[in-house]
Amino acid sequence: MTTANSHPGPRPAIEITDLSFHWDRAPKPITFPDLRLNQGEHLFLHGPSGSGKSTLLSLLAGMLSPSCGKVRLLGQDMAALGNGARDRFRADHIGVIFQQFNLVPYLSAIANVTLPCRLSTIRRIAASPDPGQEARRLLEALAIPPDHWQRKVTQLSIGQQQRIAAARALIGAPEIILADEPTSALDSDNRDRFLRLLLELARAQNTSVLFVSHDLTLAHHFHYQTGLQETRP
Amino acid sequence: MKLRLALSLASASLWHRRKVLALVCLTLTLSVSLLLGIQYLRTEVKQSFTSTISDTDLIIGARSGQLNLLLYTVFHIGDATNNIRWSSFRKLQEDKRFSWLIPISLGDSYQGYRVVGTNDAYLEHFRYGQGSQLALARGKWFHSLFDVVLGAGVARSLNHSVGDQIILAHGGGSVSFSRHQNTPFTVSGILEPTGTPVDQAVYISLPAMEAIHVGWESGVAIPGRTLTREQAEQKQFTPKAITAVLAGLDRKIMTFRVQREINQYAGEPLSAILPGVALSELWRLMGQFEKALLGITGFVVITSLIGLTAVLLTLQAQRTHEIAVLRATGASPGLIATLYLMECLGLALVACLGAVLLGMIAIPAISPWLTEAYGLNIRLRPLSQEEWTLLGLVPGAALVVGLIPAFGTWRRSRAQGLGGAQEK
Repeated sequence: MTTANSHPGPRPAIEITDLSFHWDRAPKPITFPDLRLNQGEHLFLHGPSGSGKSTLLSLLAGMLSPSCGKVRLLGQDMAALGNGARDRFRADHIGVIFQQFNLVPYLSAIANVTLPCRLSTIRRIAASPDPGQEARRLLEALAIPPDHWQRKVTQLSIGQQQRIAAARALIGAPEIILADEPTSALDSDNRDRFLRLLLELARAQNTSVLFVSHDLTLAHHFHYQTGLQETRP
Repeated sequence: MKLRLALSLASASLWHRRKVLALVCLTLTLSVSLLLGIQYLRTEVKQSFTSTISDTDLIIGARSGQLNLLLYTVFHIGDATNNIRWSSFRKLQEDKRFSWLIPISLGDSYQGYRVVGTNDAYLEHFRYGQGSQLALARGKWFHSLFDVVLGAGVARSLNHSVGDQIILAHGGGSVSFSRHQNTPFTVSGILEPTGTPVDQAVYISLPAMEAIHVGWESGVAIPGRTLTREQAEQKQFTPKAITAVLAGLDRKIMTFRVQREINQYAGEPLSAILPGVALSELWRLMGQFEKALLGITGFVVITSLIGLTAVLLTLQAQRTHEIAVLRATGASPGLIATLYLMECLGLALVACLGAVLLGMIAIPAISPWLTEAYGLNIRLRPLSQEEWTLLGLVPGAALVVGLIPAFGTWRRSRAQGLGGAQEK
């Protein structure tokens, strides 16, 4: 088998083969379908609760190690990296958006957005001309009013918090964004607006987005969609 | 760079939680102040204590232990075992090796304060602290027979001023039934405060001491045999005995030789002691107590640190989301643990700073009161090496107890999935 790097044409941002994970006390392992997502493409992954969405995202982010199978990100076999290298890889190449509680409560909106640039030199350099300015550009594009930028994030609405989280995932143009139901706490207007903005900005910097949700009505925003089968009761 | 990130996160986090942490920090500040304060006072009290008397080479009294002699001559505690004959004192006066001698005659009291019978040499030669001389705040040293000079503490607490008439009591104790009624004394002067037992005594001349005891040979006043002031002033008195002698030598090198000679004096059994040696022996006895006190305070600090850890561990439960965000953004478990350690260290440093500031405010504020009430001279001075070490131990100990939450977080965040996902 050849590595994705040696292929001409689009490099797969995410490649999963024969992946399964066994939680210590679970009766049987969770298995995942094979996936291949090219650079710049957006995938909607439909999964009801209990289908192992969070486990899959943890495996992709390198925070869990698979029981068997392979995760390749940008051609890099994640199993080949040590703990520290996986943390660095995540800082350099992956943006993450959670369902809620996305922000560090004691930092301002701007400081939350620039956080990845302080953990990764690659993303600091990519956030041209400087992280602060890039953060302001993203916050503006995501329609966060400037007087909220220096505010404590706990004072902002959920919708605003999620958009700030999107700005943090986007800053420094990481190759991959992993989103775990980021819209489930939003109302339908906010939901579509959030998705439109996120995907538009991602497209502008050629970032692949893997979006996990149980809400099939969102699927039309994406290039592809696929599903996880329910493996746990 | 990561360290700088951890530092800025730690300070922002501490500031964010300042309301909860302020109380813990206050507890720690107070316990560190206590620890530092006790160490500080220990040194200062020792300093103050050992400078109760200075420049006196020998204290001479009737044969007894050195502590007893020191206690009754310098600290006015306890009683003399016996007296020195006046003839012995005359012999000492003839000895050319002494540059000065202060005779002291004890036994009476005034409202619980010792009456010290002495002469002009006391004012001239007695030294305390770093060689400070006694001085009169008001009035003058005694000149006529029934003049009395008051120590600063006596004058202040009994509210006496120059010209007041006072009646001395026979024997010690604050309540005395036999008083020298016929021979009232007039306050001629009041000494400057010294912060030593000198403040807690009244001073009369040796002839006056003799005069008020005429007719008291049996221990109580025999009516008709005591003298009135007028009768006494007509007479000349020579003391028959004194209690002790403070002596200064011309050449310090002779001290041990003179001491040995006095101890072997054939005329009567005498003891000569070196006040410095006796003072340090006395301090060693009392030192056990202050060491125990310091030990207890150490435990108070440890208790506060454990309290701090408990609070940090409680806060940790509220921080899972924050930690998940940091981890997802690429922070390593090590960085998270460092963040926790820095917060713990930061609190300890704030507490230490608070304790030092508290000391710098408190010591000048209470030192006049300490001097007045307890005769302790506590001054503000830079911290000694020992105190810096003690202070440095606090952040060190905080780091050690901070390891508990830090290690817990480190271990947990290694095993946790994205967003804190873990086995339910």
